[in-house]
Amino acid sequence: MKSGSNLEKVLAAGHFSVTAECGPPRGADPEHVRRKAAFVKDNVDACNVTDNQTSVVRMSSLAGCLLVKESGVEPLIQMVVRDRNRIALQSDLLGASAMGVRNLLCLSGDHQKFGDDPQAKNVFDIDSMQLINLARQMRDEGVFPSGEKLEGAPKFYIGCAVNPFADPYEIRVPRLKLKIEAGADFVQTQCIYNMNTFKRYMEDAKKEGLHEKVKILAGVTPLKSAGMAKFMNKFVAGIDIPEEIIKRVADEPKEKQAAKGIEICVEQIDELKEMEGIAGVHVMAIEWEEKLNEIISKAGLLPRPVVA
Amino acid sequence: MITGTPKPIEEILEMVEPYTNIIVAGCHGCVTVCRVGGQKEVEVLSSTLRLARESGGRKIEINELSLERQCDPEYVETLRPLLGDHEAILSIACGAGIQFLAEKFGKTPILPGINTGFLGVTERQGEWSERCQGCGDCVLHLTGGICPVTRCAKQLFHGPCGGSTAGVCEVAANVPCGWQMIIDRLKALDQMDNYLKLKPYKGWDVSRDGGPRRIVREDMI
Repeated sequence: MKSGSNLEKVLAAGHFSVTAECGPPRGADPEHVRRKAAFVKDNVDACNVTDNQTSVVRMSSLAGCLLVKESGVEPLIQMVVRDRNRIALQSDLLGASAMGVRNLLCLSGDHQKFGDDPQAKNVFDIDSMQLINLARQMRDEGVFPSGEKLEGAPKFYIGCAVNPFADPYEIRVPRLKLKIEAGADFVQTQCIYNMNTFKRYMEDAKKEGLHEKVKILAGVTPLKSAGMAKFMNKFVAGIDIPEEIIKRVADEPKEKQAAKGIEICVEQIDELKEMEGIAGVHVMAIEWEEKLNEIISKAGLLPRPVVA
Repeated sequence: MITGTPKPIEEILEMVEPYTNIIVAGCHGCVTVCRVGGQKEVEVLSSTLRLARESGGRKIEINELSLERQCDPEYVETLRPLLGDHEAILSIACGAGIQFLAEKFGKTPILPGINTGFLGVTERQGEWSERCQGCGDCVLHLTGGICPVTRCAKQLFHGPCGGSTAGVCEVAANVPCGWQMIIDRLKALDQMDNYLKLKPYKGWDVSRDGGPRRIVREDMI
């Protein structure tokens, strides 16, 4: 075991894994995180805690992880390279590991122009690929990038994100290969709606044998309404929702659209479960954590396995 | 070249408010080429200032001139004999020129008339875009001649990120994705192998982060 995290154990034992995410609050209220964690508990193998997603200021991911952990859910810390240089990143990796956070997701982070503070200075001292490599080096070699020896190496199950729907398509698989080479143990994908593109991506990844080198967790996000679907499709870069999916939600009366969104999400998980090379699902029920149990239960993924 | 944009006239009027006799100094270098700080702009700006001050009932005397370059001591020194007759210098050179005047002429207030932009190129008449951040360690031979530090909004060394759509950066519809351009060029050059290598962490010590930089060429001293 590289980290000994529950997620690592569940995947290593060959179970189809489930992760979800909690966005920390826009304030200092810990109850907000605890309420979300209660919805997540017993439904997942680990729960991502986002890091100032869309550059909107929120409680720190590390603090959120600790609150999630106190609530009995295994945390997965998301870490973006937008806001911290390599000094701060290393320091936070050590701190997170010291506090028992064992799963890490390395990300670039959305550009600050999308958030509260578009005038903020961005950092990008290293990129997400290099953060993966940095965390791997600290864990496996017990040294800082400077070569100085660590007093106790941080233990992380190291993850990365991939977006099979961003352009240009042709470098999407090579880029995953690079991330694996850098040290990624698992992958969480961008929300999948276009199953055809995703199948093509998986076929190309399998040709390179990547599904055997890294655990691929397929990302899904239930649609709450036709409005949400149209908005995401139009305005969120790298999101591709086929017309027929938007139509299935839009054809329902308003009060039934959410239920249709969940039904579609469960269908997607069922399909992903059968796909070769998919090791689990990452269910991003954005500000809709109360529906996680219903989705994961309907997808036949409960109870979650207990691996010693 | 070094590009720039004129400061709003209101801001300049506020800066020169305390003075009644100034020099407006242009530069024949980059700012002339990008039409923000040459002799022509000196004349237009001076006329505008005179008119505005006259209509406000507080005239201003302006000595209009341009130096060959404001970033070279031999040209800057030609201003020294004029200092006694003027209260301040409004420079419409780049930030380097403006600062060079300030450090050479300790007792004369030096005011910036433009906002200095970036190291860039002329795309077409009236349009310039950025190409170089002067980061101190060029990798253009590995990236198809397109700079990831300048052309990628996140300065990624392994791009593009998930925000690249049909060649456009998520930051704005008129910003091309730098990494899409890099990949297109690498393909055209049959150098995609360069893309498939992990790049070392960039040393930002040779960029601005290492403090103000200096180049010393012993062979020329």
